[in-house]
Amino acid sequence: MKKSYKIEVDCANCANKMEDAAKKTVGVKNATVSFMTLRMNVEFEEGADISAVMAQVLKNCKRVESDCEIYF
Amino acid sequence: MGDIMTKKQKKVLYRIIAAAALMLALHFIPARGLLKFGLYLIPYAVIGTDILIKAAKGIKNRQPTDECFLMAIATVGAMAVGLIKTGDYAEAVLVMLFYQIGELFQSVAVSRSRRNITKLLDIRPDHANIERDGALVKVDPFEVPVGSIIVIQPGEKIPIDGIVTKGLSALDTAALTGESLPRDVGEGVDVVSGCINMTGVLYVRTTKAFEESTVSRILDLVENAAAVKSRPERFVARFARVYTPAVCIGALLLALVPPVVRLALGENAMWADWIYRALTFLVISCPCALVISIPLTFFAGIGGAGNQGILVKGGNYLDALSKTKYVALDKTGTLTRGVFEVSAVYAERGISSDDLLLYAALAECASSHPIAKSLRNACKAELDRSRVSMITEHSGKGVTALVDGKIIAAGNEKLMAELSVSSRQVDEAGAVVHIAVDGKYGGCIVVSDVIKQNAANAISALKKAGIKKTIMLTGDRAAAANAVSSALGIDEVHSGLLPEDKAERVKSLLEQKGKKERVAFVGDGINDAPVLALADVGIAMGALGSDAAIEAADVVLMDDDPEKIAKAIRIAKKTMSIVYQNILFSLLIKGACLLLGAAGIAGMPVAVFADVGVMVIAVLNALRALIVKKI
Repeated sequence: MKKSYKIEVDCANCANKMEDAAKKTVGVKNATVSFMTLRMNVEFEEGADISAVMAQVLKNCKRVESDCEIYF
Repeated sequence: MGDIMTKKQKKVLYRIIAAAALMLALHFIPARGLLKFGLYLIPYAVIGTDILIKAAKGIKNRQPTDECFLMAIATVGAMAVGLIKTGDYAEAVLVMLFYQIGELFQSVAVSRSRRNITKLLDIRPDHANIERDGALVKVDPFEVPVGSIIVIQPGEKIPIDGIVTKGLSALDTAALTGESLPRDVGEGVDVVSGCINMTGVLYVRTTKAFEESTVSRILDLVENAAAVKSRPERFVARFARVYTPAVCIGALLLALVPPVVRLALGENAMWADWIYRALTFLVISCPCALVISIPLTFFAGIGGAGNQGILVKGGNYLDALSKTKYVALDKTGTLTRGVFEVSAVYAERGISSDDLLLYAALAECASSHPIAKSLRNACKAELDRSRVSMITEHSGKGVTALVDGKIIAAGNEKLMAELSVSSRQVDEAGAVVHIAVDGKYGGCIVVSDVIKQNAANAISALKKAGIKKTIMLTGDRAAAANAVSSALGIDEVHSGLLPEDKAERVKSLLEQKGKKERVAFVGDGINDAPVLALADVGIAMGALGSDAAIEAADVVLMDDDPEKIAKAIRIAKKTMSIVYQNILFSLLIKGACLLLGAAGIAGMPVAVFADVGVMVIAVLNALRALIVKKI
């Protein structure tokens, strides 16, 4: 299951940090963040509860970059 | 300034102006001691509060290695040095000021190029018109079921793929193909979404759902392209992760070790001096020039290519394209038009060429074979089917029929032999149709695939772009293949290949190539999908409307122009050279400034240049990748 989300972030390095944070979230198989298109693509683990996982992804991202936002 | 900046960016701009004005005013106020410190705190707070807050948050979240943290430490440190020793506070404020100017510039540059590129690809239709009770209703294209009739007014985008059922018009396909010549369409013609209807009202029966339509697939592809990261992008991300902490430790050592050593040697420790050097070190160290300019370059390269009708699925394919040394090409549909046309008519004495063609076309009037179609197309006169009767197909040989009371046989040599008619020998590339009239040889017609107009230029452009070898892989017969390859100047030909043989050939190319060389395969994408996937770079041609090609290829050429292959390679080369320029340039300048800073030769002003100046130059250089129209 792959989904793409619109994000808000101010700097390229912060986008890289968000990518790392998202990847480490339980339930996320893989994640990529593009600072250029302001999108986050998330590949979920089989059977993951997407909205719960995304809430956790947002929480983890906020921890590394307080200024970010993910629209889901 | 209008819409150049967002609200957030404007706020930063006002703060920069306010802080700069305050600094200017303070320059003329002769304050001393703590009063001076207090006065300089005002512009410092105006320009730096958000950075300090962010840095504090970073420390709280145990992520204390971002630029804000570096800036906070450097400027607070500089303030402290001022307070203790030098009494100069302007430097700290100026560093913060320049940092903010640089950040603002970068953010404006990025959001502008983001907007530029999305504008290039602004093909997303926002509505579809449906006729309901005699009135046109605007609906969301998502809600239009397959098989509905949609109405497209002049000036509107075609929202969904379909077939024209009524109306005549010209389509502007520039957004999809980069081709500025309008395409004429009428009843029965397939139209793809994303084109702009120019002249007349079109009624279109949709053949796909919106999310399956060309425009949705292309948007999907483009939006995902930036997520496929290239080697240099990954390098930069990894580099930044190691680099920032390393520089912090370096700065700490610079602040502590030399003074301690000096103390041990019984000299003056010069704490303030070394701390100042360490702070300079920190300001220089910001990795932002690299971190922002490399992805920006790829993004601009992909955007510029997209504007030319070349869709690249990710930065890594630009990397691979720039290293491509071998190009294998499919023949039919790639170098040739894939449409058979009558290329020669040899009539025997006593019969005109036109009659010969007419007889052949009439005899073949019921056949759906591509050769039969080409005969009918070549015949200028209207075909009256009532003149034809008793059509008999001879499988694998041809047809016989009664035309105007004459027995016409049209087919290959085997058919002629069967009728014991001796036929003329023809040594031309293409399929030969022999015709016998009432058991007497009438002549023959050569039908062949037509080479695309600019195919020869395409091959020579590939050579100029540094391709070592061009190889043609085709399922066609040797004669036809050799004719095309020698006309175009292709280095190597393999003919009579089945699709799996093509894959074998590409595999052996992959084994032969050098370590830093890449192999590209160019196909029309319909039956070449496995080979497209196998090659280092799969390039699909003429993909407008072909889903299979868009799926399988790494690079999609939206129109049929083979010259775009070399253009894609040139764009890739330009992009990659900018990437390496930026990496080299920022690392060298930063490295040099770090050394000078550590040695105490370069102060804060140089540090600010190494940080902000290098970043601005790198970003401007990155944006050059957008300019690809004339390369």
